[in-house]
Amino acid sequence: MQKILVCLKRVVDYNVRVRVKPDGTGVVTDGVKMSVNPFDEIALEEALRIKERGAANEVIVMSIGSAEAQQQLRTGLAMGADRAILVETDEAVEPLSAARAMLATIEREQPGMVILGKQAIDDDNSQTGQMLAALWGRPQATFASEVVLDGETATVTREVDAGLETIAVDLPAVITVDLRMNEPRYVKLPDIMKAKRKPLETVSFSDLNVENEHHLTTTHFAPPAQREKGVMVEDVGALIQALKDKGLV
Amino acid sequence: MGRILVIAEHDGASLNASTAKCMACATAIDNEGIDVAVLSADGAAICDQAAALSGVAKVLKVDHEIFASQLAATLAPQIVELAGDYSHILGPSTTFGKDLMPRVAALLGVAQISDIMEVKSAYSFQRPIYAGNAIVTVDASPERKLVATVRTASYKAVSSDGSGTIEAVEAGASFPTHTRLVEIKASSGDRPDLQTAAKVISGGRALASEENFSLIYSLADKIGAGVGASRAAVDAGYVPNDMQVGQTGKIIAPDLYVAIGISGAIQHLTGIKDAGTIVAINKDPEAPIFEVADIGLVGDLFEIVPELEKQLG
Ligand SMILES: Cc1cc2nc3c(=O)[nH]c(=O)nc-3n(C[C@H](O)[C@H](O)[C@H](O)COP(=O)(O)OP(=O)(O)OC[C@H]3O[C@@H](n4cnc5c(N)ncnc54)[C@H](O)[C@@H]3O)c2cc1C
Repeated sequence: MQKILVCLKRVVDYNVRVRVKPDGTGVVTDGVKMSVNPFDEIALEEALRIKERGAANEVIVMSIGSAEAQQQLRTGLAMGADRAILVETDEAVEPLSAARAMLATIEREQPGMVILGKQAIDDDNSQTGQMLAALWGRPQATFASEVVLDGETATVTREVDAGLETIAVDLPAVITVDLRMNEPRYVKLPDIMKAKRKPLETVSFSDLNVENEHHLTTTHFAPPAQREKGVMVEDVGALIQALKDKGLV
Repeated sequence: MGRILVIAEHDGASLNASTAKCMACATAIDNEGIDVAVLSADGAAICDQAAALSGVAKVLKVDHEIFASQLAATLAPQIVELAGDYSHILGPSTTFGKDLMPRVAALLGVAQISDIMEVKSAYSFQRPIYAGNAIVTVDASPERKLVATVRTASYKAVSSDGSGTIEAVEAGASFPTHTRLVEIKASSGDRPDLQTAAKVISGGRALASEENFSLIYSLADKIGAGVGASRAAVDAGYVPNDMQVGQTGKIIAPDLYVAIGISGAIQHLTGIKDAGTIVAINKDPEAPIFEVADIGLVGDLFEIVPELEKQLG
């Protein structure tokens, strides 16, 4: 295939313990480390491996978000992507609008495959890939842990509640990846230098003729309910007694 | 106010427990009636189970051989056909519903609310973000249909004393052929299902091998518990993927959860927040799992677990 499109979202790093602002208007993001959504990083790694095996010629990374998302696209370029596209907006983007912006990019680029994470670890929605596949009228292979390409089809192993499901999809298709698909490579310093010279194009929603629609309003953020402090027991006998007291054994 | 459509999850033979939990969420939304759609190859038995769920008005029985494979690509266009005047379309936030519902929403051109944990009103809901580190209230517009998934761990299944009617509906969508099921490898044996078990015992990286996990299985069998694991234990290949508990695994709400040799990373904890009693066994007294545990025991699991099994008689 000619091209693979990979979508990267800029999110709060997974190691950060996210806190809700006291006034309930959002979560604290000032001075917080931002990274590529870990699932999207795995998606990019898979695309790069497909290219390195000779099954694709070009890997394009795209992101939708503020100008700062250029950092995450540069990370993607340093990992090995060939060029980057930023759909720049300072507004919030719901999954449906993100999928529409991706579709518009697909129409321009005609990739043979789109790979992205199965969810972003900020909103935890797990919607965008499926919505994109629906709008595009193409197959979706979600929660993938393995992709085997064979000409015009991909055989994809999916991690589902019952175990592992294998489906065959005709290309082009949308694949959303789970954590066990691969281990992303580390970026080396020379790659970061090289990435600075790779093309990064910025477009807007209106350039793509897409409206960034908002159907939902988030009205309040609250910290989760805290569990009450528990007790420590000394030994197995005391543990069993505590469980018996609660009627659990 | 409108009617609500709940999309049934099943394995071709019987209804998944997630559907009764979706019903509990649907019941909390003001409505003019709740219907359940069963799309399957031969839905008679499944529809009987769905019709018995408390609160169900009508079961839409859509039989077609293509639904022998429960693929989002073929289910979604049929659900769009059924969508008609329904104000809300709900599915479970299991891998089945997570795969399917956004495809339905996009075909309808509407947004989805994922993982409803509480209904505030017919168009206002609470859901978790950032692995459960924040709970947001999300409002939708009554002017559009609302597609949503229900965080099943937040709801108790409705009872089975209902008496809905069953109505056969002809499968009318045009089905794409670009997606085909090859096989499903179910790994779980005859232990209680992780997502519905009243008791769950999980092991972490500390188990150190597939063989050592027999300690966990054996203890679980003694008390009739389901078995789960941390991501580290799954990644290391000690246990299969469907046993993973957490943000990217299963979100569960058993009465008793026992975490053995699990540190308590935020991504793991998000899967067990709704457990009744959490027990932690860990050799590190500083392990974060103890911050959420109701009962904690510090020590070496390789001594504690066999002793626990012995003393339980
Ligand atoms: C995007 C993302 C999603 C993730 N999703 C999930 C998820 O869904 N579920 C999940 O579980 N993780 C998830 N993780 C991984 C998570 O961050 C942790 O890495 C993982 O949960 C650690 O597993 P663990 O507790 O078994 O291992 P460790 O953190 O290594 O903990 C092992 C524990 O065992 C204890 N121990 C060691 N030896 C003994 C002994 N002999 N006796 C008693 N105790 C002992 C240690 O003190 C330690 O506390 C995710 C990570 C990311 C980035």
